[in-house]
Amino acid sequence: MIELKYFLLISAFLFSLGVFGVLTRRNAVNVLMGVELILNSANLNLVAFSRYSSVGIDGQMFAVFVIVVAAAEVAVALAIVLTLYRVLNTVNLDRADVLKR
Amino acid sequence: MSVTDIVFILTAVVTVGSAVVVVVSRSLIYSVFSLLFTFFGVAILYVFLGADFLAGAQVLIYVGGILVLLLFGVMLTHRLYNLNLTTERFQPIAGTLIAAAVFASISLAAFKTKWKLVGEKELEPTTQQIGEAFLSSYLLPFEIASVLLLVALIGAAMLVRRRTDV
Repeated sequence: MIELKYFLLISAFLFSLGVFGVLTRRNAVNVLMGVELILNSANLNLVAFSRYSSVGIDGQMFAVFVIVVAAAEVAVALAIVLTLYRVLNTVNLDRADVLKR
Repeated sequence: MSVTDIVFILTAVVTVGSAVVVVVSRSLIYSVFSLLFTFFGVAILYVFLGADFLAGAQVLIYVGGILVLLLFGVMLTHRLYNLNLTTERFQPIAGTLIAAAVFASISLAAFKTKWKLVGEKELEPTTQQIGEAFLSSYLLPFEIASVLLLVALIGAAMLVRRRTDV
């Protein structure tokens, strides 16, 4: 049986890659990809603890809710990105610094 | 080393490697398509953890939904004659330092903590348990999640519609 710590290690790596993506990208869609990586790593941790500790099915229930929230988040975020593109003609986050046009 | 270990290592390498491509590649299309491999890798890791329902949901929702939405996002936010779908990097050194610090602290916590683990559990189908939990102890979160999805759907449609004078 594969040990818990390997799953935690993969999850930590995915999380820090997501943080790196969010911090270093200027394109809004790319930042969203970083957020998706972070959510996936959190989910991996939840499922891993659901299997290896005594919490049982609850960990997987949390993961299901994380997936639901991620789906809602990405839909609204992309709508915002498309609106940003229509208003400012760019998705570069550095140039999205006005409240009104 | 058994076959399971080898498959696990391969999956881990593919997952982590494609995640590196997602955040490092300059081409947006490469990023989206390597995100596909990351999502599939995580789905296989779910199978390793005995979460059959979640592995299916991961493939259906992430690969079938979120990835397609992200691809739409890439395609719709660039003019069609602008084939140069690249993105700039921004403060790579500071970002690397912060990400490395986050990775170090999380993995240190993961390895140093004495987790209260139970012994090996039997692998059993989880779909029935999840369904029963949804309709018993998780009923209120379940309903709230459905309302959240409805609100997100209406909100997204509201945000992107062409503004006409109401």
